[in-house]
Amino acid sequence: MSILVNKDTKVIVQGFTGKEGTFHAEQCLAYGTKIVGGVTPNKGGQTHLGQPVFNTVKEAINATSATVSMIFVPPAFVGDAVMEAAAAGIELAVIITEGAPVRDMQEAKAYATKQGMLTIGPNCPGIITAQECKIGIMPGEVFKKGNVGLISKSGTLTYEGANQVCNEGFGITTAVGIGGDPIIGLSYKDLLPLFEADPKTEAIVMIGEIGGDLEIQAATFIKENITKPVVAFIAGQSAPAGKRMGHAGAIISGSAGTAAQKMAALEKAGVHVVVSPADIGKKVAEVLKK
Amino acid sequence: MNVHEYQAKQIFAKYGVPVPRGYIATTVEESVENAKKLGGKVWVVKAQIHAGGRGLGGGVKVATSLEKVKEYAKEILGMTLVTHQTGPNGKLVQKVYIEEGADIADELYLGIVLDRAKEMPVIMASTEGGMAIEDVAAKTPEKIIKVAIDPSIGFKGFHGRELAFGLGLQKEQIGKFMKFAFALYTLYMHNDAEMIEINPLVKTGAGDFLALDGKMSFDDSALGRHKDIEEMRDLSEEDADEREASEHDLSYVALDGEIGCMVNGAGLAMGTMDTIHYMGGTPANFLDVGGQANAQTVAKGFEIILKNKNVKAIFVNIFGGIVRCDRIANGILEATKLVDVHVPVIVRLDGTNALEAAKILKNAGIANVITATDLGDGAKKAVAAAKGEL
Repeated sequence: MSILVNKDTKVIVQGFTGKEGTFHAEQCLAYGTKIVGGVTPNKGGQTHLGQPVFNTVKEAINATSATVSMIFVPPAFVGDAVMEAAAAGIELAVIITEGAPVRDMQEAKAYATKQGMLTIGPNCPGIITAQECKIGIMPGEVFKKGNVGLISKSGTLTYEGANQVCNEGFGITTAVGIGGDPIIGLSYKDLLPLFEADPKTEAIVMIGEIGGDLEIQAATFIKENITKPVVAFIAGQSAPAGKRMGHAGAIISGSAGTAAQKMAALEKAGVHVVVSPADIGKKVAEVLKK
Repeated sequence: MNVHEYQAKQIFAKYGVPVPRGYIATTVEESVENAKKLGGKVWVVKAQIHAGGRGLGGGVKVATSLEKVKEYAKEILGMTLVTHQTGPNGKLVQKVYIEEGADIADELYLGIVLDRAKEMPVIMASTEGGMAIEDVAAKTPEKIIKVAIDPSIGFKGFHGRELAFGLGLQKEQIGKFMKFAFALYTLYMHNDAEMIEINPLVKTGAGDFLALDGKMSFDDSALGRHKDIEEMRDLSEEDADEREASEHDLSYVALDGEIGCMVNGAGLAMGTMDTIHYMGGTPANFLDVGGQANAQTVAKGFEIILKNKNVKAIFVNIFGGIVRCDRIANGILEATKLVDVHVPVIVRLDGTNALEAAKILKNAGIANVITATDLGDGAKKAVAAAKGEL
């Protein structure tokens, strides 16, 4: 089992024919993802990577019955692309692009929510259900099928965490990179109940970082709703206040959004918090062998 | 991106937010000329740097004569201003803003930031003007009125009334304040601002509102559609190394430790710093080389890290994904030919083709390149190397 996506999920790519879109769509196809077409305005009617290209998302859905869109359009067009997907009836948009203006995402997410469309990202590696469906830019071979769900704000820490879990002899059900921007789609508290309900998932790894309060919200949610063991790491314990650490959202404002606050809240909620990302795999093995 | 107070006030004025009249100066002579142009009997000489707390640091002075304007301008221009926001090294003052004096009856606070939890801008107002809002929030949080604005409906009358009544304003002041707050919200949205802070916002003796100070920052991702704002960028206010890094698509933040870090991905880069810390070492920097680490980006990374003379060892921590580790290993070898790396370099490559990568590094036999098997091992070796124990 898995959450949100599986081997039958039909995916289109917005920004299909661009450099990034082409490269990663090809990798996803090779992984086995059912990419059934793509959208690039003015290129409708062409064939790309063996799949049809459409001018609009609406046309693409009508022709392919796709439910998920993977978005690679340039930052300035992300808001528009997300809203087009939502208007056309896409169920889940996975936004890979980094550098979309915050105001655009604010507007796009509000509209997507109104339309009932889920979003992942932006500025994220995407979502992968191990050995079934990869919608994003992660190295697929790292994710072996198993019993651990993973939610992370960071791309490489997703790979790092999954790799450690697999090296310990376990594997991944679904891993979701939720993105490092100030405004993102699905967050921990939206995904945790899905993993809780997934019969195959036996433990959850949650990787957070400084900035904002999503991890604190997650802690409150876990305490009340999650029975499966959760292992967490929060990046940026040694980061200075007021400095943006790579991700647009990774910044301690005043005294808010520190790693220490998030770790304390999670520990209080019964989460197994590790101080170094090097210990994620070992901690997962420990809680699963109990 | 941050701008200076005088630039923020230019934007305010464009949208009808009342500000005192003022002119910017880079010399003492210009300062006096500006004061003459303004007329009146009271002027304020204000240091223009990208940091708060300027008044406490001696960077804001009230002058009651042209001689005093001259004296203060001389004192402030060229001074290194240290405030709680500049760090211990302070910032060199290259410009002063000469402003007309204001008749202050009361000091308020007004700001707008993005509320990340609500996913909309929130206007914050307080009667405690002149104090750091963080301190007000800590000591008397009930004195801060917060009103979130849903951009899909925009700033409405009820938002304004909630703020105005919350501040205890009365009669004609309510309308004036609402107009002020509406203009501020409008310019926040129009310009893709990240933060606006007016502290203090003063009520004058005549009962008008005036932005006595102004602080603004903007969403870097949106600067492409605001050329006028981008032109306000003052490169001398930014860290030269951070800027150089960003020109090469590297994300760099200098820290005060001894172990240089070069990592792909922001999360792993922070996680690497944390692990070094945990193992008893101190990170010298945050550096994300991005998803496409190659010989050029790695070489540039070494160059920037090694500018910092405190660096005693470098930890290269790469999780190879789509970009395979063997290619990165070759990139590191090439980079060591391009840049003279005179400190031990601990290299941990994991992920796709990690074994091939380890072989490449081993066979190259470079004396100060030490391989590590995983993140923990790498951090441990880096800490030992920095202490001269490896």
